[in-house]
Amino acid sequence: MTRDVTILGAGVVGLCVATELMARGVSVQIIDPKGGPGAQSCSWWAGGMLAPECEGFTAEPEVVTQGRHAADWWDQHTDVQRKGTLVVSLGRDRSDLAVFARRVAAAAPVKPTELERDLTQFSEGVVVADEAHLSPRQALLDLQKSLSQKGVEVVTTGAVEGQLIDCRGLVAQDVLPDLRGVRGEMVVISCTDIALERPVRLLHPRFPLYIVPRGDGVFMLGATQIESASRGSVTLRSTVELLNAAYALHPAFAEAEVLELGADARPAFADNMPRIRKLTDRICVNGLFRHGFLLSPALATKLADLITKRTEPEVWYEDFS
Amino acid sequence: MPVFYGTDTASRLMLGTAQYPSPTILADAFRRSKAGIATVSLRREAAGGQAGQEFWSLIKDLGVALLPNTAGCYSVREAVTTAHMARELFDTKWIKLEVIGHGDSLQPDPFALVEAAKILTDDGFEVFPYCTEDLILCEKLVEVGCQVLMPWGAPIGTGLGLNNIYGLRSLRAHFRDMPLVIDAGLGLPSQAAHAMELGYDAVLLNTAVAKAGDPAAMAEGFAHALTAGRLAYDADPMEPRDMAAPSTPVLGKALL
Repeated sequence: MTRDVTILGAGVVGLCVATELMARGVSVQIIDPKGGPGAQSCSWWAGGMLAPECEGFTAEPEVVTQGRHAADWWDQHTDVQRKGTLVVSLGRDRSDLAVFARRVAAAAPVKPTELERDLTQFSEGVVVADEAHLSPRQALLDLQKSLSQKGVEVVTTGAVEGQLIDCRGLVAQDVLPDLRGVRGEMVVISCTDIALERPVRLLHPRFPLYIVPRGDGVFMLGATQIESASRGSVTLRSTVELLNAAYALHPAFAEAEVLELGADARPAFADNMPRIRKLTDRICVNGLFRHGFLLSPALATKLADLITKRTEPEVWYEDFS
Repeated sequence: MPVFYGTDTASRLMLGTAQYPSPTILADAFRRSKAGIATVSLRREAAGGQAGQEFWSLIKDLGVALLPNTAGCYSVREAVTTAHMARELFDTKWIKLEVIGHGDSLQPDPFALVEAAKILTDDGFEVFPYCTEDLILCEKLVEVGCQVLMPWGAPIGTGLGLNNIYGLRSLRAHFRDMPLVIDAGLGLPSQAAHAMELGYDAVLLNTAVAKAGDPAAMAEGFAHALTAGRLAYDADPMEPRDMAAPSTPVLGKALL
């Protein structure tokens, strides 16, 4: 039996595209040299925040509107926590909080301890209620599992069958010369002295930080954003900056155990917005920048519409064929 | 228009390239402001040797002169090493020399600055030192070979504008023919216009533009302010006075 579609890459984009196509009755195969989601894809190192409104502080308006459906999509496939996002700043950076509140319409003033009782040293904050977070690795494994139950396994090699969909991320620079890498670094810590229910963003002019609770006292700290495609391990400087910012959020983090340090390069186009780009031999879905989990559902849906209904996406679509 | 080390520039605006929402927006800011020089920071982006290539080519595509800097260096040695990396990577003798003395205020370390400036000018670099408005420091920098001075308006990233008007005015009066550039601390176009009215040759901006809600529009706003301020300086402005001075004579006016 020949499959309708061959997907290259088992990162968040490839798995979302496969899931969405299978749901529409399109048969797929997934090829990834590593045989499944894992450390080779930058989505393995993601924060997993589904926070379109907060991202809108720096991202283009389309990222916000397209990202708003992400939580509902993910809810059908993995555990999604809908607790909103809390944004705080240290007293001397209060002006940053004012600017954030001005530019992010959905942000409402809140006393931080009303949401997170441990954040006692912050007197002011804003909350974006309608946002969510998930555990990226669990989400990838859940997608893989449900695909596997439908008979779709990730294979390490194989002949292309049907339409080729290229979701290889930064590796696809061989066919997408305008793709660049933006390095990100993260730290995973364990700390039972502090409880957080939702992602917290610390605004800081030099070292902005977000911290995402993974449950059971585990927290992910991220993420740097450096114009470099280097995939080498975390630098001492970035580690110090991330850990220092965590300490500023709460001194009890000083006693945390460092579980993991990670770094990778995110694929991005010059405007930091993604593309569904049709080439002569394939359709590329790439350039999700720091919005892999936020935008994959929207892109997978658009791609599935393109394949099954021949509806061209209203945004982020380019036909170079 | 200012001449830096014998090179004519077409604009009084220098723009930094850090912290923009995206490279496309960065490019728009350059296009709309017609900034003539781009400063580029080497430290972070070069983490993996050649790994920042795509970003560099985006910057090079702007078609403006590149001024690499030693942002984030705290010692003479770090700054000198970074300058050498920059010369190799960007193929330019220009270097904006930053030697930071204090982590919180990002205030320049004047002693290390002079030392690093001497090492680099002796080595053939054309140094643009980020300094304070201290007259003696500036004299020492000129003594070791600097032909441009870049005093701060206020600490980096604060947006406080020109903190010491007297000091900046004295500096201009003292170094009549030296290109002087306000580096750091500007937040609003009106402050840039003021720098021009004081006779400064150019301004360098990064945060004020990159962190604005609409960076490209803000960059264009600054460009207009620079034009306005410089026109005013060249037009020989009136001196302020305490008494009102009617523009039409009062005496002999018809009584109604």
